[in-house]
Amino acid sequence: MMNDMRITERTMSNEIKIAAKGVDVFYGDTHAIKDVDVEIENKAVTAFIGPSGCGKSTFLRCINRMNDTIDVCRVSGDIHLEGEDIYAKDVDPVQLRARVGMVFQKPNPFPKSIYDNVAYGPKIHGLARNKAELDEIVEKSLRRAAIWDEVKDRLDAPGTGLSGGQQQRLCIGRAIATAPEVLLMDEPCSALDPIATAQVEELIDELRASYTVVIVTHSMQQAARVSQKTAFFHLGNLVEYGNTDMIFTNPSDSRTESYITGRIG
Amino acid sequence: MLFLGFFAILALASAAYVLARNRASAVVGGEVSRLHSRPNYHGFLAFLVAAIIGWALLFVVGGVWGILIERAMMADIMAALPEVSPIEAELILSDAHAIADSGIASKSGPLRDEIAAKLTSHSALHDYGTLLLAALGAALAGFWAYSNVSEGWRARNRSENIVRRILAFMTIIAILTTVGIVLSLIFETLNFFRNIDWQVHKYLFGTNWSPLSGVQAGKLDPDKVGAIPLFAGTLLITVIAMLVAVPIGLFAAIYLSDFAGPRVRAWAKPMLELLAGIPTVVYGFFAAITLAPFLRNTGESVGLSIASESALAAGIVMGIMIIPFISSLSDDVINAVPQSLRDGSYGLGATKAETIRQVVLPAALPGIVSAVLLGISRAVGETMIVVMAAGQGANLTANPLEAVTTVTVQIVMLITGDTEASTAAGPAFTLGFTLFCVTLLMNVAAQRIVRKYRELYD
Ligand SMILES: Nc1ncnc2c1ncn2[C@@H]1O[C@H](COP(=O)(O)OP(=O)(O)OP(=O)(O)O)[C@@H](O)[C@H]1O
Ligand SMILES: [Mg+2]
Repeated sequence: MMNDMRITERTMSNEIKIAAKGVDVFYGDTHAIKDVDVEIENKAVTAFIGPSGCGKSTFLRCINRMNDTIDVCRVSGDIHLEGEDIYAKDVDPVQLRARVGMVFQKPNPFPKSIYDNVAYGPKIHGLARNKAELDEIVEKSLRRAAIWDEVKDRLDAPGTGLSGGQQQRLCIGRAIATAPEVLLMDEPCSALDPIATAQVEELIDELRASYTVVIVTHSMQQAARVSQKTAFFHLGNLVEYGNTDMIFTNPSDSRTESYITGRIG
Repeated sequence: MLFLGFFAILALASAAYVLARNRASAVVGGEVSRLHSRPNYHGFLAFLVAAIIGWALLFVVGGVWGILIERAMMADIMAALPEVSPIEAELILSDAHAIADSGIASKSGPLRDEIAAKLTSHSALHDYGTLLLAALGAALAGFWAYSNVSEGWRARNRSENIVRRILAFMTIIAILTTVGIVLSLIFETLNFFRNIDWQVHKYLFGTNWSPLSGVQAGKLDPDKVGAIPLFAGTLLITVIAMLVAVPIGLFAAIYLSDFAGPRVRAWAKPMLELLAGIPTVVYGFFAAITLAPFLRNTGESVGLSIASESALAAGIVMGIMIIPFISSLSDDVINAVPQSLRDGSYGLGATKAETIRQVVLPAALPGIVSAVLLGISRAVGETMIVVMAAGQGANLTANPLEAVTTVTVQIVMLITGDTEASTAAGPAFTLGFTLFCVTLLMNVAAQRIVRKYRELYD
């Protein structure tokens, strides 16, 4: 009985949401991502780790085609979202980004009110039929981002007036409000204190139930705490990819071992 | 002579530089690091004191001496011809100057020749005496710096101190000039108001402008100095100009900053800015000779009567002139909106247009507003285009197809007309002062808005 449940759980979570094959990224002449293959599971948290400049953010930005906005950036290879090639000619990157949301390394609230920051996505995509529904979406998103209690009395205040950690949680709330299927988070906790970090990690764990989450982090502990799968990047290569506990307890590549034990970085 | 003096002092000061620098090295036997100040600073200090003292003496001594000579000559003339008025005496003196410089005098005569001869002999003494004194002063100052050179002499601090004072002096000159101009504007404005018996409301709200038609013995008719038609004309042309400049400039800026590729931007931006380099006089005759007749003919063919000096022609061309202003300032503020904000919007699945309309423009709005305000203050003060392309008669109308006149046009007409300057100056200065107040208010508003906007991102 126990055994059976384990198997069903495994097969369920083994469903592949995003499949990347032979992805190369160039910034002009810089070869930032080198022939990366990776399969990201549905309704699971995948962590990207690796030393600074190894291409984690670059690869993350390939998944929602944010690299399109950089003139010098060139992406080749295949990335499939639910079996659909996201770099195909007929795919609208704008629609793709509504399905694959993103939280950035540096908090970037719009110079609008807190409410409007969160309502921005739902308004654009017509997710609310009336003001009441919009209010509900805003409240729910801010609650899930663990910031509702701090801002509920000043929703009209500018989002730029919040502290760095509050801004970042606001940005997370803003991303959730659009109801994406996949949430890409680029070092979402780098500006947060331990308490806010714990709240965000809890949030990520909750999000796993309904979303696919990919998180870039420099904290080994965080990767170990929140993720089920871990990918280790080094100098643009995907060195090792597997279950998080495997990567952290028994890495197969010596570079991975050196990195997680703090010898390269 | 002044020219020669200038270079003589420069040569002396340079010599002081070399001497003091070499002495500084020699004092420590070449071990420069033992000096408090590097040898260059010793030289520089010597140069500064020599040049400043020398040039100051050149101007002060030369000036005072010259005034004294003039006074003495005037006294001589008055003594020889006790009955002449001071103005006639000055005429005689200027004739004597002309004769002395072997130029053409209005009259000649023994007295004039005598004064001219005195002037010639004085002027030689004056020139060489001044030069000698200045050179002496420079040499002494240079020597002072030279003889003070020693290991512990703080030449660096002293020279930097002097430089600081020079900079402060220049700032004071700039500020005093501004204050002087504003004060003279205020003074002449008050004079004008006194001239119309303090009926300021008749100037501010009157609708009849022909200030020079009712002049009696320098006294203006308060009923003919109503400035409303001028300000209405200025307003009308400014509005037309902004209707042309704001959309074109702003949309061009949006295109250049967010849509154009780097290659388009590389040539389009300088091309737009080239517009700003066209002298306004060229815009003026473009409006008067090309656009105005074109508008009139086009109007005729559709049955509209358009004046050949219409507000429309002047306004359109002025708008074209202001486009680069709006576009390059707006482009700067739009570019200053951080890329991370755009990324945030794209990351939520917004299109480029949505991102620009809902994130970039609101963020850049204060900067754009201040760009528009600066553009307006340019338009309000613009002169050449309206002198050539707008009308001259004060005409209170809101119809852009008619001729209107502007504040600046009236100032030009008052000053360049053949009415006596003392009468025409009053209304001209007053108009100028009013214009100055309007522009100042607008610039202050623009700067405030920009400052607020800076705080948002820094
Ligand atoms: N916009 C860009 N233009 C040119 N080169 C870039 C650009 N962005 C990133 N790169 C280069 O691509 C490489 C990978 O950068 P990336 O930002 O993906 O690293 P990262 O792993 O996210 O680093 P970090 O942990 O410091 O965020 C680096 O060598 C970087 O210099
Ligand atoms: Mg990064």
